[in-house]
Amino acid sequence: MQKTLHINPDKCTGCLQCEMACSFENYATFTPSKSRIKVFDFHHTGRKVPYTCTQCDEAWCLHACPVEAITIDQMTGAKVVSESTCVGCKVCTIACPFGTVNYVQETGKVQKCDLCGGDPACATACPTGAITYVDANWTGLSKMQAWADKLGNQPGAA
Amino acid sequence: MSWTGKILRVNLTAGTVQSEPLNMTWAKQYLGSRGLATKYLVEEIDAKVDPLSPENKIIWATGPLTGTMASTGGRYTVVTKGPLTGAIACSNSGGYWGSELKFAGWDMVIFEGRSAKPVYLSIENDVAELRDAGHLWGKTVWETEETLKKQLQDPLLRISSIGGAGENGVLYAAVVNDLHRAAGRSGVGAVMGSKNLKAIAVRGTLGVGNLVNPKEFMRVTYEKKKILAENGVTGQGLPTYGTQVLMNVINEIGALPTRNHRDVQFEGAKDISAEAMATPRKTDGKKHLVTNQACFGCTIACGRISKMDQGHFTVQNKPQYWGASGGLEYEAAWALGAANGVNDLEALQYANTICNEQGMDPITFGATIGAVMELYEMGVLTKEQIGVDAKFGSAAALAHFAEITAKGEGFGKEIGLGSKRLTEKYGHPELSMSVKGQEFPAYDARGIQGMGLGYATSNRGACHLRGYTVASEILGIPVKTDPLVTEGKPGLVKAFQDATATFDAAGICIFTSFAWTLADVQPQVAAACGEEFTLDNLNLIGERIWNMERDFNNRAGFTSKDDTLPPRLLNEPAKTGGAKGHVNRLGDMLPEYYDLRGWDADGQLKSDTRERLGL
Repeated sequence: MQKTLHINPDKCTGCLQCEMACSFENYATFTPSKSRIKVFDFHHTGRKVPYTCTQCDEAWCLHACPVEAITIDQMTGAKVVSESTCVGCKVCTIACPFGTVNYVQETGKVQKCDLCGGDPACATACPTGAITYVDANWTGLSKMQAWADKLGNQPGAA
Repeated sequence: MSWTGKILRVNLTAGTVQSEPLNMTWAKQYLGSRGLATKYLVEEIDAKVDPLSPENKIIWATGPLTGTMASTGGRYTVVTKGPLTGAIACSNSGGYWGSELKFAGWDMVIFEGRSAKPVYLSIENDVAELRDAGHLWGKTVWETEETLKKQLQDPLLRISSIGGAGENGVLYAAVVNDLHRAAGRSGVGAVMGSKNLKAIAVRGTLGVGNLVNPKEFMRVTYEKKKILAENGVTGQGLPTYGTQVLMNVINEIGALPTRNHRDVQFEGAKDISAEAMATPRKTDGKKHLVTNQACFGCTIACGRISKMDQGHFTVQNKPQYWGASGGLEYEAAWALGAANGVNDLEALQYANTICNEQGMDPITFGATIGAVMELYEMGVLTKEQIGVDAKFGSAAALAHFAEITAKGEGFGKEIGLGSKRLTEKYGHPELSMSVKGQEFPAYDARGIQGMGLGYATSNRGACHLRGYTVASEILGIPVKTDPLVTEGKPGLVKAFQDATATFDAAGICIFTSFAWTLADVQPQVAAACGEEFTLDNLNLIGERIWNMERDFNNRAGFTSKDDTLPPRLLNEPAKTGGAKGHVNRLGDMLPEYYDLRGWDADGQLKSDTRERLGL
C-alpha cells in the first residue's frame, strides 16, 4: 500500500516543528531555510498552510532532468533526487508547477521531499495532526468521517 | 554546544559592527538569553547610568535552546537598564525573530552609544551592517516590516523594531517582532528609540547544529513534548482558550484588579473573557476569535488571532484594522479592560492593536489609564485638560488615549510617562498601582498573597513573569497552596523566581512550566549543552541570575524601601470575593524572604551569598 503526506491547514499553528524536523533529517541541523516543507503564514486571514511536494504521478521534474538524477522510489512512490548525479542545472525547478523542487547553494544540487524513505520526519514532528502520512487512496477519509458523523447525528433518521 | 559562540557588537556612535567570540565562561555560569545578556550588561555599564543616554547599552539575546526542536525554543530577550523603572529591564518575546538570529550564527547583539541619525541593522548570516533608516522613521511596526521586506525583496526576513511609541519616548515602549509578538515591558523600546535604532532585520540560513548529543536531544525533546500535549493546561486550556482562560477564574476568586485596584471583581469580566471571544457577536454574527497560533517551535500554541467587528466605532472606515491580528491575551484584556472598567471587547482589541502596531506595553498603558480615570473621577483631571470625558468604563476614552499616547500628542505625552510620574505630577502618587515604577499585571495581591511578595521583590518592577506563584496558589501547580495564607510563601516565591530565571535563560517559554519542572528542562539542556548542566547546577544558575539582577539594582540605588506595595494593597481591604476583608500582608513575608535569599536587612547581598553564587 502506498502512503502519502496529507496536509490539513486548519490544524496548523505555524510552529515550524516540521521544518526543523525536515532539516534535521537531511542535514543534521535545525535549519528551516533548508526544509523541503514550508509553512506559509497568511497573517491577514490567520491561516497557516504547510506546503511540500505531492509526488505527482506525472512527474515534470523527473521528465525535465537531463541527467536522470530524479528517479522513482518504488516502495514509497517518492520522486527522489540523486545528489551524486544532479548537476545543479535547475531545469527541474522550472518544470515543477508547484515550486517544490529548489536549489541549494551550499551543495550546488537541488532538493525535494523524498518522504524520508517512508517515515516522513515532518509528520512525526507535527504536534497537531496538520501533517499526516496516510493511505494514498484515502486522503479524504478523515473529512468523510467528519461529515458521516454529522449524518449519523441527524435526529430521527430511519 | 548549542551556542553559536559568536556575538555582534554594534557601536551606534561610531557606526561600526564587529564580531567577537562569546565568553564561554559566562555562558556556563549564566546559560544564555536573560542570564547571559544581563551578565554582559552589568559588567559593561555603570549601574547609575541614565537609561536613555548613549552610555546605556541594549542587548538582544537568544538562549542555547533557541532555534532548536525543544518545544517553545524560539524565545529571545531584550536586556537594558529600563527607563520606566531605572532598574534592570529584561523583556522576553516569542515569534520567529529569536530563532532567526540564531540561524544567522549569532547568540546575541550588543548595541552601544547612539546613532546621529535613524538607522537599522541588517544581518544576513555573517554579513551585518548598519543602514540608513530615514525612510522608516515615523512608520509603525507593521509598516516597517512591510517596507523592509519589499525594499529588500525578501519575504522571509524577520524584523524586530519599534513603532511610534519607541520613537516618541513613551517610557513603556515595546520592541515588536513578527507584527504582534513583543518584548513588551519596562520600556526597552524607548531605549531603542533613544539610540535612533529603528529595527533589526535578520535572515539566517546557517541553522543550529552543534548540539552535544543530537540523538539524545531528539529523544528527550519528543518525550517532553508529549508531557505538554497530555497536560490539561498546556495541551487543552491554553491552545483552546489562550491565556484568556484565566479571566473568569481570577474574577471569580476575587483577585481581578478592577478600576485601578479599587475593586477586586469586575462585573464585565464575562464580556471580555475567552468565552466571549469565542461567542458570535450580536452585531455581525461573527466570532471575535479566528484561530490560535504558535510561536517558533511551540507545541502549545496559546496565541490568539482575532478579527474585529468592522462596524465598531473604533474601526469604522479604517479597513487596515479589519484583517486578522494578534490578541486578546489575558494581560492585555485585563489592563485595557477591567483595570479601567471597560467591558467593550472590540474597544479592547482596538487599543491592543494600536499597542502592537505602535510598539507599546498594553499592561502599563492600560494601568496608567486606570490611574487617569481615577484622577478624573476625583476631579483632579478635567475634560478641559485631557480632551475627553474619561470616567471609568469609557471605551471611547480608552481608544482615544491609545492613539494620542503612541503618537506623543497632547495629553498623550503625559500618559506616556507611566502612572508613577503622572500621579506624582498631579499630587497623588498613592494612586500609581506599581512597584519600582512598573505597573502591576492582572492579579490582585490581596487575594493572592505570594504574588504580593513576588511583585515587591521583582527585579524589573511589578511583574507576573518573574515568579508566577498563581500557578501554585490558584491552579495547584505543582502543589496547591492557600492564596490567603502567608506562611511558606517566601520559600515558594524564591523557588519560582529562581526556576523562572533558568527557563528564561535556556531560551524557552515560561508557559511550559505549567507542565514541566526544571527536572524536565534539565535533560534537554544537558543534551544540547553538556552533562555539566545538572539539576543542581540549573537551580544554582537561576539563583545566580536573580542575585546578579538584584545586585545591579542595589548599585543603581534601590534599597529595601523599594521592596514594597502601594498603600491601597497594604491598607485597603478587598471589598468582595474570596479575599474580602484581606489586605496584602507583605510585612509578614519580607524578612523571611531576605533571610532565605541570604540578604541583609537592607536587601543587600551578604558576602557569603556572593561567594556561594560566584558573584
